[in-house]
Amino acid sequence: MTRARIDYVWIATFAVLVTFAVPWFLWGDSRVFAGLPLWLWWHIGWMGLTAVVFHLFTRRAWDRGIVDGVR
Amino acid sequence: MVSALGIQLGVVGVYLVVALAVGLLAYRLTSKNAEDYYLAGRSIGTVVLLFTTFATLLSAFTFFGGPDLAFRAGPEWILVMGVMDGVLFAILWYVVGYKQWLVGKAHGYVTLGEMLGDRFGSKRLRAVVAGISLFWLFPYVMLQQMGAGEAIVGLTNGIVPYWAGAAGITVFMIAYVVIAGLRGVAWTDTLQGLFMLGVVWLAVGWVATAAGGPSALSNALATNKPEFLALGGGLYSPQFIISTAVTIAFGVAMFPQINQRFFVAKSGTVLKRSFALWPVLVVLLFVPAFILGTWAAGLGISVPEGANVLPVLLNEYTPVWFAALVVAGAMAAMMSSSDSMLLSGSSYFTRDLYRPFVDASLSEDREAWIARIGVALFATLTFVASLFRPGTLIEVGDTAFGGFAQMALPVIIALYWAKTNRTGMFAGILGGQAFYLAHVFLPTVEIAGVSVFGPTYLTWDFALWGMLLSAVLTLGVSAFTATAPEENQSRFSEGLRAD
Repeated sequence: MTRARIDYVWIATFAVLVTFAVPWFLWGDSRVFAGLPLWLWWHIGWMGLTAVVFHLFTRRAWDRGIVDGVR
Repeated sequence: MVSALGIQLGVVGVYLVVALAVGLLAYRLTSKNAEDYYLAGRSIGTVVLLFTTFATLLSAFTFFGGPDLAFRAGPEWILVMGVMDGVLFAILWYVVGYKQWLVGKAHGYVTLGEMLGDRFGSKRLRAVVAGISLFWLFPYVMLQQMGAGEAIVGLTNGIVPYWAGAAGITVFMIAYVVIAGLRGVAWTDTLQGLFMLGVVWLAVGWVATAAGGPSALSNALATNKPEFLALGGGLYSPQFIISTAVTIAFGVAMFPQINQRFFVAKSGTVLKRSFALWPVLVVLLFVPAFILGTWAAGLGISVPEGANVLPVLLNEYTPVWFAALVVAGAMAAMMSSSDSMLLSGSSYFTRDLYRPFVDASLSEDREAWIARIGVALFATLTFVASLFRPGTLIEVGDTAFGGFAQMALPVIIALYWAKTNRTGMFAGILGGQAFYLAHVFLPTVEIAGVSVFGPTYLTWDFALWGMLLSAVLTLGVSAFTATAPEENQSRFSEGLRAD
């Protein structure tokens, strides 16, 4: 992939991470699992996933869009 | 009751004194190493950077405002704060924070105003940025005093009045800054942060055990507040969730004590580690803090007028000393984060306003004294304002975040678009502020069937429209006006080195 293409992939990834930190598809859902609402479990899991993706970003794409000529 | 009151006040008093003593000790131990007055020589490591930034979250907004809102409106506040702080703010940490770190390292900046003033060759822009920041810092410091007052009312069931709690924290705040000096705050932030994180989880465990476990608690919710279990509804519309999360996240990035931390990291590695750990830390704090407020609603806790739900809940389900310890810990954490705010605020005041406009030959000793007097005066004024109780903790905090958020987009555009010019910056920053202030302070009026200065336009919060306006003005005016000869267009793009 070209450099610009990879930039767009990361921007899209971040957009997805922001968008689904709130489980919109569970709107109005009141199912409970182990004492907490299902939608809260989704959020907790999603934040864990976000941390992993952020870690990958720091390893593979840090400086992207900020310092020219790196990678 | 007298003995319970004795224990409550004893625990709170002793904890605050111990926290003050630790602060003093930390100051004496660390001050000699601190090369630089405000930035500790750009030598802050991962743990301390993460926790001093984290400590800013340990404010009355989180500890008392958040659980109160979850108690009144349901636990969706966890999502608002999670997406705001865990994801959006983390991205801004990279987009604004990392860029500012590189620029600051290349040119030696210490404040946001200094950075923008140098780039656009304008002392006046520097002063405008500092002035606006101090203006919005005011309600946020006031918020801490309101939180402390309300917490004491809740803990002692109204025996100790609101003003006494607010006055108490004000005295401690000033003592901390004036006696302990303005250094060593980061250190105590870290200790307080770890302590509070531990205690909040203990509180969750204790309440859950005493009330029969999480399932019993969710059954109580299903019986008493069934609407709290369903996602959305009531206060929580998609527009509310998005507007609140966006304005707070961008506002936080412009907060003096947060923004200044963008200049302090020792290396890029420190910023990277902090970035990836951020979502985890956010979940660890917000989920337990706000779930306690939600449970209190299911348990049918009644909160006295003008009190916070958290101390009332803990009094009911945990021993008196533990409830007092949590409140004391929260107050101490609020105190140390207020000190970070006051510290950064005072550096904005002395470096960006006093030195350039009043006395350029100010000695370091005198600067330290002016900073201290300024802090004492500022804290006293916020205390007086806090006595008027201008809104709930969330409302006051939200107003302050929204005000800071109006500066975020012009700053981001300036950081990334070299064609941004001075006129564009003034238009974007002042235009956004004027729009926002009008909506905060003017009453709603009907003009040709349209509500103007109301809380929303097309169901979206006015703060969001203000941000949009600030971006459009910055871009539009920059595109159609000439660049002044004193501007340094390449300041934010050339000479940046990651290593």
